[in-house]
Amino acid sequence: MDDPSTAGACAETGKNISRRDLFMVFAKIGLLGFGGVTPWLRRVLVEENAWLDDREFAELFGFASTLPGANTVSVAIMLGDRHQGVSGSLAALSGLLAMPLLILAGIASLYDRFSASPDVENAIGGAAAATAGLVIGNACKTTINMKPDLIGCVIGVLVFVAAGILQIPLLWTLLAVVPASVIILAIRNRPR
Amino acid sequence: MNLGLLGELAKTFALISIIAVGGATATVPEIHRQVVDTLHWMDGTTFANILAVSQIAPGPNVMIIGMIGWQVAGAAGLVVAMLAILIPSCTLAFVAGRAMRHFSALHIVKSARAALAPIAVGLILASGFILARAADRSALTGAITAGMTILIVKTRANPLFGLLTGAILGFIGGRADLLT
Repeated sequence: MDDPSTAGACAETGKNISRRDLFMVFAKIGLLGFGGVTPWLRRVLVEENAWLDDREFAELFGFASTLPGANTVSVAIMLGDRHQGVSGSLAALSGLLAMPLLILAGIASLYDRFSASPDVENAIGGAAAATAGLVIGNACKTTINMKPDLIGCVIGVLVFVAAGILQIPLLWTLLAVVPASVIILAIRNRPR
Repeated sequence: MNLGLLGELAKTFALISIIAVGGATATVPEIHRQVVDTLHWMDGTTFANILAVSQIAPGPNVMIIGMIGWQVAGAAGLVVAMLAILIPSCTLAFVAGRAMRHFSALHIVKSARAALAPIAVGLILASGFILARAADRSALTGAITAGMTILIVKTRANPLFGLLTGAILGFIGGRADLLT
């Protein structure tokens, strides 16, 4: 048997990430994700574990958001496969979902009893406002670390206006913006 | 156990899985249409309560599907609904991820990856903006959102402190009548 900590050296990044690492790190992301896991995804993968840098994370997350399904789940599947193949995908996915499923069942049985309390509702409201700040802060930090050029800034602002302010259905936004920006970048970066 | 009902659950959520671009949050209106209006599995109030519970719980927002399954057909419903929503989109993500890596040397794929990064940042900012508007009840909630944004950008502090502070401020603000 190969030592699991070295058998999974990734050809692209040279990082040794075992199935156990994948399970534990995605379990942490799943457990921290009160009100959505996306903001924690960047925090844990980029800042705490350095599995990806800001640009790699944004590329992977951007790819995941063009696919159907939960973005975090898609990232877990693709990152797991990159390091350990199918079993890596399954390790990351089960880490992400196992504990939250158990906790959800527990909360569901308690929720009816406590949700009528205004104190509980207000505390949840305060935490929801903080969650919004967490998401916005992560977007700002990624932008600062990626140092996008002018075209990148224009693409980002267009997507923000379409999805955040005009709230156009996401599928339409992506169908318009993805091909357009790929073509523009392909022409600009054309090998000469 | 009602096998027909489980079959309906599997079919409904497997179809939603394939069209769920943007994840569970962006797909909520479609899920509501199917579960409440078309299939009459629950009324609108129950649906809203389930949504609220799954927002509070940790884990990806896709867990709401498990809650609906639980509501419709108990523990077996939870398992069937989660598998139905996960298998199609996960298989696609797996295949797409491999394809992306296999063709990563191609010029067009490099351009695609470079284009997707700012798109992702725009989408994250948009969902933050939508969350901020949904949570906005008073000057206090606005201040909590702004404070958390600064905390994340300027420091490497653990965001849990910010979330906990937000919850405590919401609790105190409610008692002090600052939230209305």
